[in-house]
Amino acid sequence: MQLTLWTYEGPPHVGAMRIATAMTDVHYVLHAPQGDTYADLLFTMIQRSDRRPPVTYTTFQARDLGGDTAELFKTAAHQAYQRFAPAAMLVGSSCTAELIQDDPGGLAQALNLPLPVVPLELPSYQRKENWGAAETFYQLVRHLCPAPAQRAERRARPAGQRPRCNLLGPTALGFRHRDDVTEISRLLARIGVDVAVTAPQGASVADLRRLHEADFNVVLYPEIAGTAAAWLQRTHGQPHTRVVPIGMGATRDFIAEVATLAGVDAAPLLAQIDADRGEGGTRAPWYARSVDSTYLTGKRVFVFGDASHAVAAARVAAHELGFTVVGLGTYSREFAREVRDAAKRYGVEPLVSDDYLEVEAAIAEAQPELVLGTQMERHIAKRLGIPCAVISAPVHVQDFPARYSPQMGIEGANVLFDTWVHPLMMGLEEHLLGMFKGDAEFHEDAAPSHLGRAGTPALAAVQAPAAVAPMAVPEPAALLSTVTASAAPVGPGAPGTAANPPQVSSWASEAELELKKIPFFVRGKARRNTERFALERGLATITVETLYDAKAHFSR
Amino acid sequence: MSAVIAIQPDTGCSDAPVLRERGQREVFCGLTGIVWLHRKIQDAFFLVVGSRTCAHLLQSAAGVMIFAEPRFATAIIDERDLAGLADAQDELDRVVQQLLARRPEIKLLFLVGSCPSEVIKLDLSRAAQRLSARHLPRVRVLSYSGSGIETTFTQGEDACLAALVPEMPVAAADAPPTLLVAGVLADVVEDQFRRLFTAMGLGTVQFFPPRRAGALPAVGPNTRLLLAQPFLADTARALEARGAQRLVAPFPLGAEGTQAWLQAAASAFGIDPALFDRVIAPARARALQATAAHRPRLAGQRIFFFPDSQLELPLARFLSREMGMQLTEVGTPYLHRAHLAAELALLPAGTMLSEGQDVDRQLERCRALAPDLVVCGLGLANPLEAEGLTTKWSIELVFSPIQGFDQAGDLAELFARPLLRRHKLALPAAA
Repeated sequence: MQLTLWTYEGPPHVGAMRIATAMTDVHYVLHAPQGDTYADLLFTMIQRSDRRPPVTYTTFQARDLGGDTAELFKTAAHQAYQRFAPAAMLVGSSCTAELIQDDPGGLAQALNLPLPVVPLELPSYQRKENWGAAETFYQLVRHLCPAPAQRAERRARPAGQRPRCNLLGPTALGFRHRDDVTEISRLLARIGVDVAVTAPQGASVADLRRLHEADFNVVLYPEIAGTAAAWLQRTHGQPHTRVVPIGMGATRDFIAEVATLAGVDAAPLLAQIDADRGEGGTRAPWYARSVDSTYLTGKRVFVFGDASHAVAAARVAAHELGFTVVGLGTYSREFAREVRDAAKRYGVEPLVSDDYLEVEAAIAEAQPELVLGTQMERHIAKRLGIPCAVISAPVHVQDFPARYSPQMGIEGANVLFDTWVHPLMMGLEEHLLGMFKGDAEFHEDAAPSHLGRAGTPALAAVQAPAAVAPMAVPEPAALLSTVTASAAPVGPGAPGTAANPPQVSSWASEAELELKKIPFFVRGKARRNTERFALERGLATITVETLYDAKAHFSR
Repeated sequence: MSAVIAIQPDTGCSDAPVLRERGQREVFCGLTGIVWLHRKIQDAFFLVVGSRTCAHLLQSAAGVMIFAEPRFATAIIDERDLAGLADAQDELDRVVQQLLARRPEIKLLFLVGSCPSEVIKLDLSRAAQRLSARHLPRVRVLSYSGSGIETTFTQGEDACLAALVPEMPVAAADAPPTLLVAGVLADVVEDQFRRLFTAMGLGTVQFFPPRRAGALPAVGPNTRLLLAQPFLADTARALEARGAQRLVAPFPLGAEGTQAWLQAAASAFGIDPALFDRVIAPARARALQATAAHRPRLAGQRIFFFPDSQLELPLARFLSREMGMQLTEVGTPYLHRAHLAAELALLPAGTMLSEGQDVDRQLERCRALAPDLVVCGLGLANPLEAEGLTTKWSIELVFSPIQGFDQAGDLAELFARPLLRRHKLALPAAA
């Protein structure tokens, strides 16, 4: 058993629902207990979908368990076929139905319905939502796309016809999938490539049947389309893209990669992008270069999310905004290697975990000035009083906005710049706070005034004096490390162990007061560095001198 | 003004036929009750023993409401537990230990059963006993089931309160009569009722559940039980088994319902009718004034209820009798005839009642009736709006203070608001 406060992903059948709901004529019959229909409101409320997800649930109850739940499933499947007349049907179990082992796949076969029925084996107690989506999409493609022996040979492209690709990965309930598709379709058109099929979002069964006709595949979301794209490559010889075009650097790499796959010349478009600072063009690089952004240099940022978004965000943070990446992690265990490789590039310890408490401890430990994460990191950042922007699912309703807001491509880079800089205190305010203390309104512990909140000293409680929390980390993390220490080996970088507590120097009261003069967003780091400095030198008391000695020691 | 409402069993819907349906049910499971229960009992923690689905449900239902440390969590069963590689009871002990170390302020811990834990027959009551023995006196550990296979939405509260009943102190057989009000009410509503009962000199009044786990009221033969919520079948049975006597009353929704509900208590305690009238008169007048403001928008409008919380019948009674709405179909997940006898008698004769659900067929009936307002869950609301129907999402009725005189206007407003909004946005009504 695992103690879970928040879960980064839902169960795998929710991933399957995201595929079914994305498509136009697929129905999903889900063997599930009463109550599992809660998942409908993910789509109708969070994504504000205007129709019910194409999912029929058996909603069995306790009294049904004594009877024939298999019969219940067959009736539900039969009625769903008659009522909704889909072009293909997915059948599967939720976690509880998995325990009673009715075998929806076999039962549906026995019904002999005159349409393709794709049985889903989604191990709910081992796998999670994204895996469920990837597996479902793969199974659909594999069942529907003709085998090489059956397909009409792909004809050579007629002269004058532009190369064509499929756009794979966008689903229902995907973070900004709607606008990413629009943005990347536009970009592909500028490269000189047409989109044959976008799937699963908006695709029909007939569309999946002709996936193999395109020249290559663009994989927008490897977590969802990776398995299907690999199969299409193996079976139909379709190559696929590897670069996820989030950020200007990645977008340029993506353009070059697509151009190679399509056999066109990318140089004119790349040159045009460089020159284009105007309407609909790329503003983010100029914004980041303009002197107003100088104060962003070296801001310490912690990045967490699904693997693709986290790796892309780290690259943007480090190379396009000039931040310092102090933490990088993912909950996507299937893509741990990619994140480990990226973490190596930034010289940080990778965090591969779906344990919310572990992420919280890592953030508290790293003391970043900005957190780029999921909805869950917003909880953590709020608790620790750190600015935060959302870069990845899971997200809530406010991250399915009405306005155009892609993460990918050129406009995506513009959106990222605005979104990530917004929570940070603006330059002049930051300077003035460094100079003048004790202002009643522009309080040293206050939230940035452009965010419109009154200057309540929200951090005073969290950043308690070290004498109270001997771990020299904010109190919540101290609590956490006691918990993890008793349950499991302490994570990398965690301070000390219960058996061998570090000897922490105490702060002289003047030094404590001097520390408060340091702006709050770097104060945690300053406290930590000073204590480390004092510990290494065996100093019993931290004085004002120690504080400045440590500052000089750590300054680069 | 005499407050007594004559309840004649041969009127209204007392003997009305009820359409009983089975099929796909578009409802929440009882785990959802945790979302409000954890706020009511402030030193209690709810640990669901279930799957990732359960954890996902809770955080989806709790939504952005909880941007801090919630007082609930899930012990997610994994393949090691299922394969018997780890002793599930040992695992549970470890997780509880971990949890209590993180939350030292917790006094009462509920182990909440789910569909997976029920299907694999994990004995949570035994676990609760064992853990109680280990952690008392600091923490008491209890268990109940909030699984979808056994409970629908608000029945989770029923199961939770029923689990608390054995913990209530014993009231002596010769103790003076006390009034026990059962069912989670908003704090503001509780305080209003307490003031009214005090003003009419009605002895001891206690509310169940209490705001703190340590403040459980006593129960015995001289306890008079007044249900504040219609979904407390098991809780009422457990309290009656300990001697409490249930008072027959409609539920305190709207001016009429609130008056009759208070009246049931006043009569049982022999309160002078003149005093009763005097005490409730100002609040009752306010309720009538506040609801009158919304009557023009609601009167004559046709309303349809999908099953959700068991509040549907009392709400339908309020909306038809006090707001002049016309009832089309009133669906409920369960119909407890004894507890709802007073409500059934007050419903207009001929009201179409349904119990249970086959959601696709019910949607067809709803579309055919083309009501002016549809009360339904969040899974149906936006799709129906897109079809041109006006909806009121039902969960809000469980999360809002709606009981009592001073909330009657707010309650009416909850139903008037979607109609007003449609008017303001100048949207056409469904054909």
